[in-house]
Amino acid sequence: MSEGKGNILVVGVGGQGTILASRILAEVLLQGGYDVKMSEVHGMAQRGGSVVTQVRFGQKVFSPLIPRGEADYLLAFEKLESLRWLANLRPGGVVVVNDLELPPVSVLTGQAAYPRDIAEKLKERAGTVKLVPAQALARECGSIKSQNVVLLGVLAPFLGIAKEVWEKAIAQIVPAPTVEMNLAAFRAGWEQ
Amino acid sequence: MKALLTGNEAIARGAWEAGVLFASAYPGTPSTEILENLARYQEVSAQWAPNEKVALETGIGASLAGARVLVAMKHVGVNVAADPLFTFSYTGVNGGLVLVSADDPGMHSSQNEQDNRHLGAYAKVPILEPADSQEAKDLVGLAFWLSETFDTPVILRLTTRVAHGKSLVKLGEREERGLPPFKADPGKFVMVPANARRRHVAVEERMEKLREFSEDFSANRIEWGKDRRLGIITSGISYHYAREALGEEASYLKLALIYPLPEKTIKKFAEEVEELYVIEELDPVIENQVRALGLKVRGKEVFPILGELSPELVAAGFRGQGEEVAAPQEGVVPRPPVMCPGCPHRGAFYVLKKLKVVVTGDIGCYSLGVAPPLSAMHSLICMGASVSNAFGFQEAYRAAGGEGPEVVAVIGDSTFLHSGMTGLLNVVYNGGRTTTIILDNDTTAMTGHQDHPATGMTLKGVPAPRADLEKICRALGVEDVRTVDAYKLAEVEAEIRAALQHEGPSVVIVRRPCVLLKGRGPKGYYVVDQDLCRRCRLCLRLGCPAIEVRGEQTWINETLCNGCSLCEQVCPFNAIVRGGEESE
Repeated sequence: MSEGKGNILVVGVGGQGTILASRILAEVLLQGGYDVKMSEVHGMAQRGGSVVTQVRFGQKVFSPLIPRGEADYLLAFEKLESLRWLANLRPGGVVVVNDLELPPVSVLTGQAAYPRDIAEKLKERAGTVKLVPAQALARECGSIKSQNVVLLGVLAPFLGIAKEVWEKAIAQIVPAPTVEMNLAAFRAGWEQ
Repeated sequence: MKALLTGNEAIARGAWEAGVLFASAYPGTPSTEILENLARYQEVSAQWAPNEKVALETGIGASLAGARVLVAMKHVGVNVAADPLFTFSYTGVNGGLVLVSADDPGMHSSQNEQDNRHLGAYAKVPILEPADSQEAKDLVGLAFWLSETFDTPVILRLTTRVAHGKSLVKLGEREERGLPPFKADPGKFVMVPANARRRHVAVEERMEKLREFSEDFSANRIEWGKDRRLGIITSGISYHYAREALGEEASYLKLALIYPLPEKTIKKFAEEVEELYVIEELDPVIENQVRALGLKVRGKEVFPILGELSPELVAAGFRGQGEEVAAPQEGVVPRPPVMCPGCPHRGAFYVLKKLKVVVTGDIGCYSLGVAPPLSAMHSLICMGASVSNAFGFQEAYRAAGGEGPEVVAVIGDSTFLHSGMTGLLNVVYNGGRTTTIILDNDTTAMTGHQDHPATGMTLKGVPAPRADLEKICRALGVEDVRTVDAYKLAEVEAEIRAALQHEGPSVVIVRRPCVLLKGRGPKGYYVVDQDLCRRCRLCLRLGCPAIEVRGEQTWINETLCNGCSLCEQVCPFNAIVRGGEESE
């Protein structure tokens, strides 16, 4: 990071592993020498609802919440969720989005339509949009459960912290039997 | 050594460092992780209690024995514990006792957003409020010192953003304290009226001493900005929002002890600045006290009284724009929380909707039964209310001499043990015929799967006697107690119908472990045979996130499906079959 600070929004659907991904992200930023603050959502929203984790880093961070329109990065585990939080991204910011559609119940039951123009809307506001087939990449690495780590891998090069620092943090945080699979998932993302 | 901790983790660490011997809680977002983290320290006896009142009362017992004690609960949990709290304020402590109240402005996971800072004046106890994880840890230590020095329970008040926000914390070592020999002191601890009258005098004297102490309390601090034009009195997370929005443009009186307030310090600060504001979430608790000092101050006239604050709401308040709301992104479909695929609560609500009964609900994942398409809930008040709500509804019709609609109470296993049992006892005692459905998923699911007295395991992971729900209901005087498999839809319907027919009170226990409990869910998945499907869409009435409409067709998302088979059971055309079997 040239300015030495940044704001990252990690968004998705309850149950997708946003909290684990955010833990890895925060650990890496700490290793990068930053002050870090993070705000998560627990409880009811986690039951299949829209979830968000806010991560802020810099020399000194006050509010754990990112002021609206000041997120530098939007890491979205699902397409509709990227759109929901798009207004929080600063114009010209970076979007890393999973090419995955999880329709909310109103769409499942045919009462609402899943938006079709998400990619266009993201491009209107963001400077960079990375649409990632994270599910397919994760499956190649052994389990679709490591989609979250694939997506982290795509975001990682933007943050200017060495790959080894990321890999060390992943090995520390994910459950022991899944370390190799998650490292493979991270590398698959990094190369995107 | 420094670590990145949530506020809840920091409080657990702070309590351990302060030499806490005993801790108790009932799970409740956003407080749950405090006890989960304390349980990892072998020196601390950390327990789940059946409810918050029991947690505090057990804590009071441990304090009486001389131990340092931490009890934790969400804001509404303090209502349950209020009875012991208000009198414990009179007795004071032996070992220090800290009660953590985790408030939930914005109601991320709560039924109201009450502001527990009011408890300071109401229960006459000091309140500390941290703004981040480091302060949370430090204030736990200070809270124990305050508690023992001023002979009072101390409330540590959190909000969701502090409880679930992570920031850096410097770790310390544990201070071992041991227990002093017990010395009886009935004049202090036995609150018969004569003793209580004397203790009330002590309480008022204590609060006066605390008022004086607050002026010199090091954790209350002034940060001067680049000039003295704008003065902000604030505490907790609001301090960080204010710093973010105003930076060096303002000066700050940042309070950690928010009750009682340092009146002289506030007056001096007010004299130094041209304009004085209080920035606080929810109620004007600090603002009203500042105004009572005769000071000119602004607060809720520019900042919202509802929900959470944020840096932009603080900035908007100063711009005079009040509660500006950003236009939502066009075309974004809402995504409210839903019952998981395979959730064992789904079938009961499907049946209740079909039976068109009035449903009084309760607190837990099953409160999602109010959402479409299940839409089968008519009230939800607080923990344990469902049973008494249903009984009262029936009593109104009985008193009026009319035939009312059928009513059913729905309550979870953990909630029933928390405070549903007394309601059921009342139904029996007063001759009711209420039907209570206990949705027994063998865990406290919504807060993240905590054990309770009927799961057979303690917070420390030690096997425990399993409370038997059937026997409890029978012992309370309910003769008609039925148990049914939550995944057998026809049987669930038959048992509920039979229970409604019963002349006396009845209980139907609808049982299956939460589908998120590892290794205890059903196996496999289901698919729709598109040749047999007649597009009747009856399966969609289950509101399962794994079933979706694609154009004219209905599909089951195999990766989401947990194989509970409810959709197979509702399909009238046998078009839903087990995956992997349709082509064999």
